[in-house]
Amino acid sequence: MAADPLDDYIDAVAKALALPVEEAWRPAVRANLEVSLRLARLVDEFPLPDETEPASVYTA
Amino acid sequence: MTVNSDGLSAQQIAQAVAGGKLSALDATEAALARIAKYDSVLNSFTDITADRARAKARAVDAAIAAGQKVGPLAGVSFAVKNLFDVKGLATRAGSKINRDLAPSPRDATLIERMEAAGAVLVGALNMGEYAYDFTGENVHDGPSRNPHDPTRMTGGSSGGSGSTVGGALVPIALGSDTNGSIRVPSSFCGVFGLKPTYGRLSRARSFPFVASLDHLGPLARNVGDLALAYDAMQGPDADDAACTTRPVEPVAPLLAKGVDGLRVAVAGGYFQKNVFPEAIEAMARIAKALNATRTVEIPEAARARAAAYVITTTEGASLHLDRLRQRPNDFDPAVRDRLIAGAMVPAPLVDRAQKFRRWYRARVLELFQSVDVIIAPATPCIAPKLGQVTFTLDGVELPVRANIGIHTQPISFIGLPVVAVPVPLEPMPIGVQIIAAPWREDIALRVAHALERMGAAAAPAPRGLS
Repeated sequence: MAADPLDDYIDAVAKALALPVEEAWRPAVRANLEVSLRLARLVDEFPLPDETEPASVYTA
Repeated sequence: MTVNSDGLSAQQIAQAVAGGKLSALDATEAALARIAKYDSVLNSFTDITADRARAKARAVDAAIAAGQKVGPLAGVSFAVKNLFDVKGLATRAGSKINRDLAPSPRDATLIERMEAAGAVLVGALNMGEYAYDFTGENVHDGPSRNPHDPTRMTGGSSGGSGSTVGGALVPIALGSDTNGSIRVPSSFCGVFGLKPTYGRLSRARSFPFVASLDHLGPLARNVGDLALAYDAMQGPDADDAACTTRPVEPVAPLLAKGVDGLRVAVAGGYFQKNVFPEAIEAMARIAKALNATRTVEIPEAARARAAAYVITTTEGASLHLDRLRQRPNDFDPAVRDRLIAGAMVPAPLVDRAQKFRRWYRARVLELFQSVDVIIAPATPCIAPKLGQVTFTLDGVELPVRANIGIHTQPISFIGLPVVAVPVPLEPMPIGVQIIAAPWREDIALRVAHALERMGAAAAPAPRGLS
């Protein structure tokens, strides 16, 4: 049984993407994912108008 | 042929070569001799292209002997981060895995343009694996070392580029900057670095990292050389989808215009937090030299840094997904674990980061209606020791790797042009970012040139080589 709720998520996504995650790597992957999600939440909580266009095709 | 090219700037070498006072071959041999003598300390090179360099130098000399016009970089040695394609070499991009790629059939566009201007490629340079790095350390090739103290980091990921220019082995190196990878090594190694506007310089035939954020640019020991290289590399290129169609806009003739009339402000708030005393001192010196008394707040800079992080980790993961599946044990484990985590960030959060990027860009561009230049630290500290994992700031222990780029990421996130200028503090230099509006590299370079003339910015002689 997974020790951390994020471990279940890591297992599921690793399976969906066919990504290997060996047990020895798991703590570092989890720690990195926690940082990524914490920073992503900082962006997520910022309200943007529905009409906002992504900058995926970007011109400075 | 009496001129000794050691210690000469690129401009001086090119003038001496064009004027028949120095042969391109002698200049090239001198660069190769410096590399042979000092790179055992710096570990900045991974490949030395001596045969190719001698052939190119002889061609430059033959052109001069035949009375043909040679370019503004005639006989000037340069080297490139090893993510640039070099004909005949596998483009390793700091990795073990890419060494199995076929040799590149053609040089990167920027190498072709440098050589069209008469420059001579002498080799490829060490870098952090796949450019996902701020330290200049590399588990496969060993760390590049700081020319002012070889026990310290160069910064990364263009670590070899900072090291070799800081060590004066070659006058010009090319690097890449996704979140700070030109500006950080420029700061730690005490050299000038230009991260141009996103899309200004072609990335064709270089190994990518984060397509949304990748830039290429030069590092040099003075602003004149930086501008010379930048001008030689400008111009549209259909082989890079993000490359601008703007015409070449030469900056070298504009450098002497000075800073009169330019409105300079200091970045406040976020950019004045988490900085060590040396960064505060460097900022104070540059602000004083430019008579910058105004402070501007770049809005939501912390969130911009967060969004840059999210886009970086997810686009990087996408790029390397197959390699993560097939050869996970051939990565630097630290890079692999970051990339695997990046592959697991939900897609809506990435989309929101790209939407936030456009919002943030609009707010920052509003600032440039009332200022021409914003100055900010390039790094929060001088170069840490190699292998150093944490540093302590205001009594709080912080991870080194995650904090080196906190001041560069919110700027490259929206592609603004920046010159990192070295402030020659003792015992180690540290850089300051000179930030301008999009496509105004000329302004950032003019300010850097003025700071150099005032003595506020300078590339110190390498203190770690004897």
